[in-house]
Amino acid sequence: MATEILMPALSPTMEEGTLAKWLVKEGDTVSSGDIMAEIETDKATMEFEAVDEGIVGKILIAEGTEGVKVNTPIAVLVEEGEDASALPAAAPESVTEVAPAAVDAPAPAAAPAAPVVDLSPDWPADAEMKSETVREALRDAMAEEMRGDEDVYLMGEEVAEYQGAYKISQGLLDEFGPKRVIDTPITEHGFTGIAVGSAFGGLKPIVEFMTFNFAMQAIDQIINSAAKTLYMSGGQMGCPIVFRGPNGAAARVAAQHSQDYAAWYMQVPGLKVVMPYSAADAKGLLKSAIRDPNPVVFLENEILYGRSFDVPQVDDLTIPLGKARIWREGSDVTIVSFGIGMQFALEAADKLAEEGINAEVIDLRTIRPMDTGAIINSVMKTNRLVTVEEGWPQGSVGSYISSVVMQEAFDYLDAPVITCTGKDVPMPYAANLEKLALVTTDEVISAVKQVTYR
Amino acid sequence: MAARKTTKKPNVSAEELKTYYREMLLIRRFEEKAGQLYGMGLIGGFCHLYIGQEAVVVGLEAAADDGDKRITSYRDHGHMLACGMEPGGVMAELTGRIGGLSKGKGGSMHMFSKEKHFYGGHGIVGAQVPLGAGLAFSDKYKGNDRVTFTYFGDGAANQGQVYETFNMAALWDLPVVFVIENNQYAMGTAQARSTSTKEIFHRGEAFGIPGEIVNGMDVLAVKEAGEKAVAHCRAGKGPYILEIKTYRYRGHSMSDPAKYRTREEVQKVREQSDPIEHVRELLLTGKHATEDDLKAIDKEIKEIVNQAAEFSKESPEPSLDELWTDIYA
Repeated sequence: MATEILMPALSPTMEEGTLAKWLVKEGDTVSSGDIMAEIETDKATMEFEAVDEGIVGKILIAEGTEGVKVNTPIAVLVEEGEDASALPAAAPESVTEVAPAAVDAPAPAAAPAAPVVDLSPDWPADAEMKSETVREALRDAMAEEMRGDEDVYLMGEEVAEYQGAYKISQGLLDEFGPKRVIDTPITEHGFTGIAVGSAFGGLKPIVEFMTFNFAMQAIDQIINSAAKTLYMSGGQMGCPIVFRGPNGAAARVAAQHSQDYAAWYMQVPGLKVVMPYSAADAKGLLKSAIRDPNPVVFLENEILYGRSFDVPQVDDLTIPLGKARIWREGSDVTIVSFGIGMQFALEAADKLAEEGINAEVIDLRTIRPMDTGAIINSVMKTNRLVTVEEGWPQGSVGSYISSVVMQEAFDYLDAPVITCTGKDVPMPYAANLEKLALVTTDEVISAVKQVTYR
Repeated sequence: MAARKTTKKPNVSAEELKTYYREMLLIRRFEEKAGQLYGMGLIGGFCHLYIGQEAVVVGLEAAADDGDKRITSYRDHGHMLACGMEPGGVMAELTGRIGGLSKGKGGSMHMFSKEKHFYGGHGIVGAQVPLGAGLAFSDKYKGNDRVTFTYFGDGAANQGQVYETFNMAALWDLPVVFVIENNQYAMGTAQARSTSTKEIFHRGEAFGIPGEIVNGMDVLAVKEAGEKAVAHCRAGKGPYILEIKTYRYRGHSMSDPAKYRTREEVQKVREQSDPIEHVRELLLTGKHATEDDLKAIDKEIKEIVNQAAEFSKESPEPSLDELWTDIYA
């Protein structure tokens, strides 16, 4: 049967092209793979191969013709003894017309209704409390989860025999052995890929980065492999993994070791991003992160490791990801922060109280998914918002919060949102300059006064 | 590339030969059809065809056992067909339809099958290498003797993460077969212009990983080498490298005019070393099959591919709410 050969699309963007040259003539026999013509696309001149066997019955488009639309018949292939004119009038293989699907317009900003906010306590009010450091809390979280699930293992630089560069994994090698507490070479890109692959293979790795600054070497595996695979596989293959380690500035370690990655990872659908402040949250959130079937970036802080907080002594303390915590109730202004930023937020709130300004302080705890409901709910009460973080100003977590509040609670705002951030500079080494580069309690106080018009 | 004449008289059954013939032909016809559908605008974006390299994956699949895993790059259609994934599901993914293996959300470069232990389909050159070692890590951790085939090209062999992975795979004795599909061009850059070593597998020696060169146009040679590599891994001796010399007949992707090599070079390989012709000859000269037998197989394959193409056109596009699913488990 005669078949029409159609003008092919030879690049993702080609709509038409020039039939530069025929390399066959009428009457020639062609077989699959033979070059039939040269076609100029918007990018290059491409050779066009025959797919079927047959005889070139008729050439429909002369060489040199420009602007030949994709899918136009350019030649007819016939079988032996067949006449090209016998071809039915128009029988190109039908191209399924795909009507552009109507995309729903974004819903217009509705009159803000109070969001539903989960204000339930994270542990029973009568739980016995004990002072523990963030370091101990993190270690206990890992140990408890490793006891409960054989598939959980810890991998990273110096996590085993050295007992952790920051001693977070102290004692884990002794309890779980070298099969489950694994020292890696200094090779972030590689071991992160191996850990992600092992999660595809059914394990639940915890990857410790000595600092998140080093995870930049591995960010392709975190984003392209861990975060996107569930979607790319149509839901078949998830990646239960935790990437954890200290993030942000420590003290006097300068530009390459002092970056806050909250805003970077927050951008990525498929990742969850946690940044705890207190020891109780560090423990409960890390345990939840390890159990979560998704990749979780767990951003710790070196300065907070040694700080003590009350930790409830309950069996199996878990705190759901995506739930903010109201540290302090207030009516005059909402201060939202997370991680070490909470220190400045809380200090500011104490000082402001002395001046008669009652700040409500919210610890996001999880940056993604973000409990925006808790923020909006609070702003509907206080009508003013200040965000506090250590990261850079452009594209900060605060700027995202500010845009959400503007779109969803604009009518409740009595002042522009102020985002307190680190300064827009690489972290300097000199002590005085480093101090200047970081966000401070005084800056938070000043921002609050600005939005409360004091 | 060694000419196919170097194969010694194979000790192989008629059935086995026919299986290889059928599987390689399925890949070739499937890829030709994919190229055609691309030309018709039914497949979009990037589409990397496997034509010419069929013996690599068919030979290695013949050496694999149940539960062994495989992972590869974006030139992945052949691997999926060879490990038994549905041609219709693969083709419908290429056309971006709901019947595709990733519901149309992954496309040509991103497909997976937990059931067939196929772990993708990865679009970042070299990223699948540590992932493959990680799959092997999971098997070793669980204490079974399964092996992971980690495929990558001569181009990917210059990525740093490959050597980070070689180091750890050797250090931890991971049961992974690193398969370098050396088709001699990293997109448009010939190996001699991109790679300091002539034989890439030698780089494994620096890590204590054994390896060898294999004629990738000879499915029997590939299978034999695959069996050796798998036995090495299953015995707990750690990774093994197979550098399989092969050739891709088409451009790097559909939009590659392939001006970096001569038409004669391609033609010569097609005429003298084609992996499917090789098996065809073995079948005919060994009197394992008649021309008619092979024609019947050709017809059967054509039918499978046509059905896959039909399915890929008839399957609807994903519903709009699929945009928001499968982001979190």
